[in-house]
Amino acid sequence: MSAEAKEILTVKEITKRFDDIQVLDRVSLQVKSGEVVVIVGPSGCGKSTFLRCLNALEDIQEGEVILDGEVINPTNSGLSKAREKIGMVFQSYELFPHKTVLQNLTLAPMKVKKVGKKEAEEEALKLLDRVGLLSKKDNYPRQLSGGQKQRVAIIRALMMHPEILLLDEITAALDPEMVREVLDVVLSLAAEGRTMMIVTHEMQFARAVADRMIFIDGGRIVEEGAPDDFFDRPKTDRLRKFLNSFSYESCGQTT
Amino acid sequence: MGFEVLLKGTNFIRLLSGLWVALRISLISVAISIFLGMILGILMTLKAPVIQAVSRIYLEFIRIMPQMVLLFLVYFGTTRVFNLNISAETSALIVFSLWGTAEMSDLVRGSLKSIPKIQYESSFSLGLNTYQTYVYVIVPQIVRRMIPLSINLITRMIKTTSLVMMIGIVEVLKVGQQIIEANRKSSPNAAFGVYLTVFLLYFLACWPIGRLAKYLEKKWAN
Repeated sequence: MSAEAKEILTVKEITKRFDDIQVLDRVSLQVKSGEVVVIVGPSGCGKSTFLRCLNALEDIQEGEVILDGEVINPTNSGLSKAREKIGMVFQSYELFPHKTVLQNLTLAPMKVKKVGKKEAEEEALKLLDRVGLLSKKDNYPRQLSGGQKQRVAIIRALMMHPEILLLDEITAALDPEMVREVLDVVLSLAAEGRTMMIVTHEMQFARAVADRMIFIDGGRIVEEGAPDDFFDRPKTDRLRKFLNSFSYESCGQTT
Repeated sequence: MGFEVLLKGTNFIRLLSGLWVALRISLISVAISIFLGMILGILMTLKAPVIQAVSRIYLEFIRIMPQMVLLFLVYFGTTRVFNLNISAETSALIVFSLWGTAEMSDLVRGSLKSIPKIQYESSFSLGLNTYQTYVYVIVPQIVRRMIPLSINLITRMIKTTSLVMMIGIVEVLKVGQQIIEANRKSSPNAAFGVYLTVFLLYFLACWPIGRLAKYLEKKWAN
């Protein structure tokens, strides 16, 4: 990633409240093209909500999200247009159960981008081959394992050629032996220079894939930095405590 | 046994054309009900208090009101008061569509509620707009969930068409009665044979629909 890469996403002081509960408190962030930003934090800290605010699945009370120089506004009719540029993958995969793998992949390109069926299928098959699921193209989601579903969900987002991918705890619902196959796909996407924002609990993976780490706690960005500094030389107590909770020798001390 | 009257003249053909009248009324109202019920069901899930209140009242009203009273109300009641001259068959179509739409919309609403919010979000985040999300993602899923329940409703509607003879429509049951009356002297047992035949005709009309539902359920299961 070159230092002068252009900014793709700018988050300006966004604040999110559910009724009276403040979930995000003036969070600001900039993401450059090709950058991989990994967000960690204790559960309930607002990190998933933060991702969901970026493509307006949640409305925000203050601040703005600017994608490619355009403000994303949940009330404006161009919202679908903006969402085309933001791919999102969920913890629970959310494939469409009534459609085959191939149909899941081609639906949005055909209906939203008006890509021809043949062209869309060609690209889908190429991507399926890449994640090793070509033989599953005519299966229904229910016939796939969790790891397979999640790999399909990732390439379904890629089918729209998004400028940025949001991955929301994509391995949290998976059996441990399936985590690797999904994370390998993400690592390969990072290697080809995709812009991504990732919320995860897999710390080793985070360290391997991240260009920049962000720690959110209590609805605010508490600390951010390069992965090596972030994991080896945390500046704040809160981050230190949080990271300690992932290493086993500290269990005796914290409980 | 009383079956012999069916072979007299055109009696059996008359029964079949009576069955056709019953099926025509029920199938047209089913088609109207599915279409309107789908729309009303979707409207009911939107957070619009007025629509919710109105549809609640409508649903309760239809549920409480016996279909026969509704038939009388539309056919006899409206004639003088609103100076409308609605034919019996049109009245039947109106009543059955009102009833079917109410029940169907409740089925649609229930099925819609069973689809998690995140399915919509998954569709939205692929860039599909609200209309596309309903047409390509949500409605196909609820149709699959609704098949068994709506088949139940359709067969109930076919069976309930036997009420329309009360407003003078000559459908299968009425034809049966006419045949029995006409042959009271010559075949006193006609009631058994004719009503049993009517029973079988209803069965033959409803059974394939049940089979179709089973087939669709199986086909869409994987």
